[in-house]
Amino acid sequence: MEIGGLIAYLVALAITAGIYAVFCLGLNIQWGYTGLFNIGIAGFFCVGAYISAMITLPAPTGVYAKYVHQLFGFDLPFIFGLFGAAIVCGIIAFLIGIPTLRLGEDYLAISTLGIAETFRLIFNNEKWLANGARGLTGLPQPLENLIDPKYYNYIYLVIIVIILAAIYLLIERAIRSPWGRVLRAIREDEASAAMSGKDIFNFKMQSLVFGAMVMGVGGALFAHYMKAVSPEIFTPLYGTFIIWVMLIAGGSGNNKGAILGAYVIWGIWIGTQLLTDYLPLFLKARAPYIRFLVIGVLLELILVYRPQGLLGEEKKVSKMME
Amino acid sequence: MLELIVYGIVFGSIISLGAIGLTLVFGIIRFANFAHGDLMTTGAYIALFMVTTALAWIGIPDTTFGSLSFGWRMLIAFPVSMAIVGGLAIVADRILYRKLRDQGSGPVMLAMSSLGIAFIIRMLILIFWGADSLFYKPGLLRPAIEMPVGVKIRPDQILILILVFGMVILLHLFMQKTKMGKAMRATADNMELALVSGIDTDRVIILTWGIGGALAAAGGILYGIDVQVHAYMGWNFLIPLFAATILGTIGNMWGALVGGLVIGVVQQVSTAFLMPTYKPAVAFMVMILILLFRPKGIFGGKQE
Repeated sequence: MEIGGLIAYLVALAITAGIYAVFCLGLNIQWGYTGLFNIGIAGFFCVGAYISAMITLPAPTGVYAKYVHQLFGFDLPFIFGLFGAAIVCGIIAFLIGIPTLRLGEDYLAISTLGIAETFRLIFNNEKWLANGARGLTGLPQPLENLIDPKYYNYIYLVIIVIILAAIYLLIERAIRSPWGRVLRAIREDEASAAMSGKDIFNFKMQSLVFGAMVMGVGGALFAHYMKAVSPEIFTPLYGTFIIWVMLIAGGSGNNKGAILGAYVIWGIWIGTQLLTDYLPLFLKARAPYIRFLVIGVLLELILVYRPQGLLGEEKKVSKMME
Repeated sequence: MLELIVYGIVFGSIISLGAIGLTLVFGIIRFANFAHGDLMTTGAYIALFMVTTALAWIGIPDTTFGSLSFGWRMLIAFPVSMAIVGGLAIVADRILYRKLRDQGSGPVMLAMSSLGIAFIIRMLILIFWGADSLFYKPGLLRPAIEMPVGVKIRPDQILILILVFGMVILLHLFMQKTKMGKAMRATADNMELALVSGIDTDRVIILTWGIGGALAAAGGILYGIDVQVHAYMGWNFLIPLFAATILGTIGNMWGALVGGLVIGVVQQVSTAFLMPTYKPAVAFMVMILILLFRPKGIFGGKQE
C-alpha cells in the first residue's frame, strides 16, 4: 500500500474510533460515574442517526417520493441534526427512566435492551417512518463543498476531534462540579447519598438523559460519516456490546480511558480483520463471527484480569485536594 | 382467536422453561443472566447435532413415533443435551462467574460478563452452523389434528405441553421434598443465613446452574421441534424471558410459569394485529407496564 493510501486508511480508522469514543463518553457518564446499567446503547445510536438524517435530508418529492418514504424531512444544516438527535435521545431516556430508575440496576438494563430492540424493529418494519429496511441515503456532510470529495475525510476528522474535545471538556467540567460528586456518591452508596438529602431519582435521571444525549450526537456523527442509515447497522453487537468492551477496556470512570479504550478496541477490531485474510477459505465466510468471538473473549479476560481497565478510575476529582 | 391463545400457551410453556431457570439463577445467585436465551440456543443445536449427525452415525434409526415429528434419536438427544448444557452452565460459573464473585465484582459486571458469554456462544454457533434456520426433520409434513372446539393443534404441541408441565411438577417436588431443594430455597431467601446454618451454598449455586441450564436446553429443543432452530432464537427469547421472570416475581418458580404463559399468549395474540416480527417488542411493552404498575410482579406482595 502506498503511503497516501495508508494515511487515508488511518484517517478513516480514526474517524470511526472517534465516533465510538463519543459513545464511550456518553456511557461513561451513565455507567462510569453513576453506575447506571444501560445495555441499549444501540437504541440511542439508532434514534440519533435517524433523527439527524431526517432533519438534514429534504422530504422526497416527485417520482422519488414513490420509492422513498420518510416521516419528515427538514433540509436543515448538519448542526441542527446534531442538536435534534441529542434532544430526541434525551426525551427517550427520560421516558425509560421513569419506570426503571427507582428499581434495581437490572431493570434498567433489560429495559434499555428492550427499547433498543424495539426501535430496530420499528425502523425495520415501518416503511412510512424512514423507508423501512432499505433506510435512507444521500445524507449531506458538513462543509462538503469546500474540498475534493476524495479528501473530505480529513475535514470530517477535524470536525469529530472538535466535537469529541468539546464533549470531553463538558463532561470533565460537569463531573468535577458538586453535581458530579453527587453522581459518584450515588454510584458508591445510594443509601448514604439519599441520607445526605440528595434526590437519587433526579440525579440518576439527569445522568441518564445527559449520557443519552451524548449518544444521540454519536449516532448523528456516524450517520453523516456513512452518508446513509439503515436498521441493520444498529445491532446489539455493533451498537452496544463493542462500546461496553471499549469503556471497560479503557477504564470506567475515566474520560481519557473511555477515549483510549475506543481507539484501542477499534484498532484490535480492525487488526483482526487483517488477520482473517490468513484464514483458510472455508472459514472466510465466517470471519466476522470469529472476530466478534475474539472481542467477547477479550472482554471476559479484561473482567477477570484487569477489571479496572487500562487507565483505571481517576480517584482525585479536584485539584484543590492535597 | 382461540387458536392463537392455544398456540400462545404452547409458546408460553417454552418461555416458562427458560424463565424458571432464569428466575432460579436470579433469585438464588442474584445474577441477571443475559446468556440464558443463548443457553436455550445451545441446547437446541446440541440436539440438532446429535439428531442429524452423531446418532445417525451410530446407526439409530430415523423413524418417528406415530404422528409425532421425532423418534428414538430425539428421545436420546433430549436428555443428553439437557445434561450437557447444564454442565456447560456450571463450567461457565466455575471458570468465570465464580472468579468475578470472589474478586468482588458487582452484579453489573457479572451481568456484563454473561452478556459476553451470550455473544461468545452465539458466535460459536454461527461459526459452526451458519445463520440459516434449520429443522430437526426437514421436509416433514406436520399435520394438525382438529380438537373438539375447532382448534387445530399438532400432536407435537400436545406433547410439549405435557413435557413442560411434567418437568415443572418434578422440579416442584424436588424443591419441596428434598433436602437439597430446601437448601436452595433457604439460599434464595438469605444467602448469609443459609451459609451460617451450615448449608453448602457453593453446591447450591452449582445445582442452580445445572437445573437452569438443563431447563433452558429443554426449552430450546422444544422450540426447535415446534418451530425451527436458528442462531438468534435465544436472543429473541431473552426479552420474553425477563418479562416472564419479572411478571412472576423474581425467584418464584410458579410465578415464572404463569409469567411465561401470559407472555406467550399475549405475544401470540398480538400477531392478529401486528407483524409477527414485533413479538419481542410486545413482550417488552408488557414488561414496561408491569414495571410501572407492579414492579415486584404478581406474587410480589405489597409494594413498598
